Amino acid sequence: MRRAARAARKVSLTRLERRPKFAAVKESSARMAPSPGLQAIRRAVRWPGGLEYAGRQSLRFLETLHGLLSFAFISLGVLLVKWNTARAVVRPLIVTHVHRAGLELLPMVVVVAVVLGLVVIGQTVALMSQVGANALLGTIMVTVVVRELGPLLSALVVLARSGMTHVIELGTARALGEIEALEVMGIDPIHYMVVPRILGMALGILALSVYFILVSLGSGYLWAFLQDVPLTPGDYLRQLGEALDGLDFFLLALKTCAFGFIIALVSCYHGLARPLRLEEVPRIAIRATVHSVIGCVLLDGLLILCYLAL
Amino acid sequence: MASPTPPPDPAPPPAPAPETAAGHGPWPVLEMEAVAVPALRRPGHCVLEEVNWSVAAGDFWAIGGLHSSGKSDFLAVAAGILPPARGVFKAFGARPPAGFEPARVAAQLRIGVVFQGGHLLQHLSVADNITLPIRYHRDCRRPECAARLAALLDLTAMTSWAASHPGHLPPSLRQRAGLARALALDPEVLLLDNPLSGLDPLETAWWLEMLARLDAGHPFRTHQPLTLVVTADDLRPWHPHARQFAVLRQRRFVPLPSPPPPDPEILNRELHAPCHSKI
Repeated sequence: MRRAARAARKVSLTRLERRPKFAAVKESSARMAPSPGLQAIRRAVRWPGGLEYAGRQSLRFLETLHGLLSFAFISLGVLLVKWNTARAVVRPLIVTHVHRAGLELLPMVVVVAVVLGLVVIGQTVALMSQVGANALLGTIMVTVVVRELGPLLSALVVLARSGMTHVIELGTARALGEIEALEVMGIDPIHYMVVPRILGMALGILALSVYFILVSLGSGYLWAFLQDVPLTPGDYLRQLGEALDGLDFFLLALKTCAFGFIIALVSCYHGLARPLRLEEVPRIAIRATVHSVIGCVLLDGLLILCYLAL
Repeated sequence: MASPTPPPDPAPPPAPAPETAAGHGPWPVLEMEAVAVPALRRPGHCVLEEVNWSVAAGDFWAIGGLHSSGKSDFLAVAAGILPPARGVFKAFGARPPAGFEPARVAAQLRIGVVFQGGHLLQHLSVADNITLPIRYHRDCRRPECAARLAALLDLTAMTSWAASHPGHLPPSLRQRAGLARALALDPEVLLLDNPLSGLDPLETAWWLEMLARLDAGHPFRTHQPLTLVVTADDLRPWHPHARQFAVLRQRRFVPLPSPPPPDPEILNRELHAPCHSKI
């Protein structure tokens, strides 16, 4: 009995499907099926707080970007407008920050540069010897060290040592009420605290990158010499000279100064932008480091694209 | 404790308190009309509403309030570093412009502020903290303001601490350094945030005596009286010194009648009284 009833229902359904009206309804419902994107959104909505979380993160990102851009324009404005204001106070501060972001980090940068030169040339010699292209050592050093790794690694060393220090100093200063103290003295905190850091860090990273590149190129040749690569110092210098052009020097200066500007700006923004409690300072320091790294890497990528386009 | 020796390098004496056109009294130097005072550390939150207040040149105000009543926020608005959420604030007859425009800085330098605990810059020595406003605004090097520094250190009895950093100072001396820094550019109005908080009796006596002398006209300021506004947790120590009193309670600024009652305990009771009570 049951089998007969099931068979009858199946038949009736099959008949129903054959009807043109039913087929049209089925087709239209298939057309109205949610797209994969909509389905992903629905899944996110089902996941508790998923969409809300994504929205919050997006808004936070946009808010930070907006704040950083505003802060950058304000700082640049103050830098230009107050260039000649209170030179007796601000210029010694710039020298102090050049010292902190440059000279104090020189030993560390020299060690990293020596190792990088050895690593790059060591790997290159091993590969190039297989194809007999050792004559390209100088070109490779220029491409890898001068254009890319020299400025970026110098910036990361400065970020690790000085960028974090800036966030902690400024965050603590803000938490202890030093910013209000400057304001009641009629001193613009951007002029007194941010401008010297921006200039100091930009000049410090530029100087460190130059030393970094010189030491890397020297240590690279030393490794090649120890590996008995048939390359005289004159040939090596000639290769370097041929691989370099004026644009490299311009881009090196632009890139290193821009890295310094980004790191100083991001660290000062996170330290100063809003009232902080002392316990918030370490968390803000980490966020500033992440934002600085992202900013430097994005800028580096953008400049590579510009360089390739030129 | 304080030396009355006049400074060897005095700043130009401030202009005498201007009189009104009708000659009825001095111009108000600070004015608040229906001001809502925002919280300095909590953006978007108001700690005081409908503040109507006027400070005339030569006044000595003592403003009492319990903990978290908004004393520091109130002083921040009065100092011009915190714009009111609503209402009108005027300093020296004009609304201070935003930012660090020359007009705003000029008005700002006529108001000195001593924060509770001093709020000294931690990376500078006491001497550099005190001379910072002079060096910044007059663009001069340290030797050029050495005489002024010596006078300020002498005034606050801080000479032996000049080379120390704020972290090495006892809290009471940090506040004295804050007073020296506030007086460095010879302001016309001095705002002090709870200057007697946490001080021992000796230090309390020093502050009361120093402020009384500044109010009367200290030789350091070539005997020019200074307009003073202090906030306090306890109004009793200020009873014989201040001439105008007010309390902050229940998010309101409540001025008390002048002259104050003879018993300082009555003043202090006002800190806890309901908003509608009057002496």
